[in-house]
Amino acid sequence: MPAPGDAVSLEEQIDRWRSYLRRRQAVHSVDVAELEDHLREQVGVLVDAGLATDEAFLVAVKRMGSLDALSREFAREHSDRLWKQLVVVPSDSGEPRARARTDAIVVFCLAVAAAVLIKVPALFGIQLDQEDQDAGFYARNLSLFVLPLLTGYFIWKRRLDTSTLRWLVMAFVAAGVFANVYPFAPGGYTESLTALHLPIALWLVVGIAYAGGRWGQVDGRMDFIRFSGELFIYYVLIALGGAVLTAFMAMIFQAIGIDVEPFFESWLLPCGAVGAVVVASWLVEAKQSVIENMAPVLTRLFTPFFAAVLVTFLGTLLWTGRGVDIGRNALIAFDLLLVVVLGLLLYSVSARDPLSPPGAFDVVQVVLVVSALLADAVALWAIAARITEFGFTPNRVAALGENVILLINLAWSALLYIRFLRGRGSFTGLEQWQTNYMPVYAVWAAIVVIVFPPVFGYI
Amino acid sequence: MINKDLIAASSTPIVLAILAEEDSYGYAILKRVREVSGGRMEWTDGMLYPVLHRLERLGHVEARWQVAESGRRRKYYRITPGGRAQLAEERRQWQAVDATLRGIWRALYLPVPASHPVSAAPLPQGT
Repeated sequence: MPAPGDAVSLEEQIDRWRSYLRRRQAVHSVDVAELEDHLREQVGVLVDAGLATDEAFLVAVKRMGSLDALSREFAREHSDRLWKQLVVVPSDSGEPRARARTDAIVVFCLAVAAAVLIKVPALFGIQLDQEDQDAGFYARNLSLFVLPLLTGYFIWKRRLDTSTLRWLVMAFVAAGVFANVYPFAPGGYTESLTALHLPIALWLVVGIAYAGGRWGQVDGRMDFIRFSGELFIYYVLIALGGAVLTAFMAMIFQAIGIDVEPFFESWLLPCGAVGAVVVASWLVEAKQSVIENMAPVLTRLFTPFFAAVLVTFLGTLLWTGRGVDIGRNALIAFDLLLVVVLGLLLYSVSARDPLSPPGAFDVVQVVLVVSALLADAVALWAIAARITEFGFTPNRVAALGENVILLINLAWSALLYIRFLRGRGSFTGLEQWQTNYMPVYAVWAAIVVIVFPPVFGYI
Repeated sequence: MINKDLIAASSTPIVLAILAEEDSYGYAILKRVREVSGGRMEWTDGMLYPVLHRLERLGHVEARWQVAESGRRRKYYRITPGGRAQLAEERRQWQAVDATLRGIWRALYLPVPASHPVSAAPLPQGT
């Protein structure tokens, strides 16, 4: 009989062996269970034959064959397993399966609801394909057709309590009011600013619902950042698929002399576009850990390139001594540059293990951020000199505000990052700063939506 | 020691034949292989499972999880009608290989001079 101490250590050893095996992609957990049963029986037989437990374990493991050879054999038999598949509804029966199916049904209903919702105004004579005021109506309210439903999904999924629910509903009601009560000049600056900024402000509301009760924690907000990046990528992929479908449809119907463009413009595109937001969110939710996150991979790929471009730009600027020729839209271009750099920073932060020591990639990241800051500073300098000449239009004020917000974020991030590189701070500080900063974008977007139109006279 | 290629080639008929005797599971199948071969067929234990999974994928065997008398969940395999047909086919092929080899071994052991009238070996030219 093995002593109790031996039994514990056998369990520990089997645990360790199991965890080694689990790391092999080609070996699924059912296979691990099958092999474990084998291992235990072998150990039992050897112990009965008079071996000590740990000896028996070693012999049994040896007989099992090397893990590499074993997982190679499994990979040969199950080559599909090396390609991780997104299984939304798991094939094994039981409670998870039922839950996944309910989830799928709810998502389907919400996507259909979004598609129906965007066609509701048409019942009241507000047509999407008209070129006048109605286009403005759709532009301002676009986010209100889909984000409440997406929020609803997360409210259902996370079982939010009613007090949070009340705040979320109020936010959407307020958004609906501000988007529609102001007497916007058709096609004016303030109207397009509202159309652009309302989704940004409301995305925070989605985030609060997404995080459930965890919005107060860094992790909860970081998960929302990860979710947003993956959602964007999935949405682009779905849109590409939609484009292929549409092209195909147009082609075959053209062959029989039917023009599908009206159908496409007033039904397929709007309904598909809003429905896809819900579906993409659900897919991202379902995949989470199953498939490698794409956003950090793209970030890693492009960070060095962006850094190289920016450094070259600054070098050329210094070398040739050229002044920056600031056109009217330069500010927006530099805003976009900062957004891209912030995105690159954010998604590499989101995927980085905070405990690992600084590496070469971190240095590239800092070079990227600092060179973006310098480029932006040069641009701001040039703009400041001519701002009175250009005049303060709503667009320019909004762009300037965004530039300042991004500049502050990146400057402080650069500082935190450099401190981390020099071993004076932890990486968590950077994560904290980024996640704490998130509401600032939403607040600024809300200010643009609420304050700008009256201040600038609805032009 | 029997070489790797032979082990791999013979694994399908051996596993199917053992399962044709009765439903079984990994450890017991290996034990039976050792018994029947008198210890001459040494399989690396883990390698049996990919073989079983391949047979399962091909539909020659079917698997079910069941709680064994030890209290652990265990995966049992059962041969299917398709598996029996495959076993018959494998058997036919192996018997052909076996018969060929036997013939050659016998010819090697008792090299028959051409003048000798009586021969135990089935010589191609006959008598």
